[in-house]
Amino acid sequence: MSGKPRLTYFNGRGRMESIRWLLAAAGVEFQEIFFESREQYEKLIKDGVLMFQQVPLVEIDGMKMVQTRAILSYIAGKYNLYGKDLKERALIDMYVEGITDLMQMILMFPFSPPEAKEKTLDSIKERATNRYFPVFEKVLKQHGQDFLVGNKFSWADVQLIEAILAVEENIPGVLSEFPLLQAFKIRMSNMPTIKKFLQPGSPRKPPADARYIETVSRILKQ
Amino acid sequence: MAGKPKLYYFDGRGKMESVRWLLAAAGVEFEEEFLETREQYEKLLQGGSLLFQQVPMVEIDGMKMVQTRAILSYIAAKYNLYGKDLKERALIDMYVGGTDDLMGFIMMFPFLSAEDKEKQRAVVVQKATSRYFPAYEKVLKDHGQDFLVGNNFSWADVHLLEAILMVEEKKSDVLSGFPQLQFCDTFKQKMFPGSQEVI
Repeated sequence: MSGKPRLTYFNGRGRMESIRWLLAAAGVEFQEIFFESREQYEKLIKDGVLMFQQVPLVEIDGMKMVQTRAILSYIAGKYNLYGKDLKERALIDMYVEGITDLMQMILMFPFSPPEAKEKTLDSIKERATNRYFPVFEKVLKQHGQDFLVGNKFSWADVQLIEAILAVEENIPGVLSEFPLLQAFKIRMSNMPTIKKFLQPGSPRKPPADARYIETVSRILKQ
Repeated sequence: MAGKPKLYYFDGRGKMESVRWLLAAAGVEFEEEFLETREQYEKLLQGGSLLFQQVPMVEIDGMKMVQTRAILSYIAAKYNLYGKDLKERALIDMYVGGTDDLMGFIMMFPFLSAEDKEKQRAVVVQKATSRYFPAYEKVLKDHGQDFLVGNNFSWADVHLLEAILMVEEKKSDVLSGFPQLQFCDTFKQKMFPGSQEVI
């Protein structure tokens, strides 16, 4: 019944990148369709495929799923990356939501005007080092385990390694006060599926460049 | 083990309102502590109760939960309002994502100037009637059932009702093009039989 999941989005990170990460971490191969023109996007809307007229869209197990969080939750549930019970799921959800708030700042960063970029970067650094990274450093310190929740690899670990790398791209050395997160980063990067995803030629997308910004703005008419 | 859940927030809707709705719909009584002063907030912060230094925070089943979506997911699952399997949960998550986006346009209202309020009202109505309501109208029309998912009352229904009522506060006849959604009143009866004071 199900072939590979099929992702429809722009040819860049945006909101789809977390989905690519999670599928890759789960060892799931997937196909991708990239928007290049407004016409492609409008056709999808007209065909009634996008429930709220938005992407990401992931076709998986006979469903045309939209809403990033819904898609990620489904993948996590399906591939046993969502903890063993309700309480572990609650922890994973809390951690993922917090990291997502930080990732949201990074997502919007390429689209901020040049004069605001430095200030935005300062905000990202402040939030990362004062609000988010200390929490996860403390979680790892308190239980002394390799993974954030339940001594087992989960969606929360994938989301955190993605965020760490994304922040570091913009702010090198941001982990300097967080030794456990440094160790976590190395550990996660060496997990076979993640290691593969971090190598050239994987579905991982590069940071937003001028071409990506132009494409998104043109297609979404922003 | 468990007393009543306890909600920590300002004395108003904001991000906590969806949590109040869901607990009420599940028939769960809860307590509330309203933040009135900076000192209260700082006390919570210093006590380490707020994982990311933010509210909403809900004490439930020995956890101090933060992040609205995490809280709502936990409540939905605990009280069987999350569908019967992974696919129904996926649908519920999708639908809730949409109503969440819609309510997000409304949540900022109290903080806008009078002029911006008018502009935002138009945005809310436009998004509701061209993007969100048509999507839920179609879901109900296609399967012809009373509830959005799996022919069973779920978090998605609660969230949609909350969103509809919020938009109606901005434009009272906003449901005029949506006969399926007008069954809002029937929803209310089904969801809160005999407890009119909840609404």
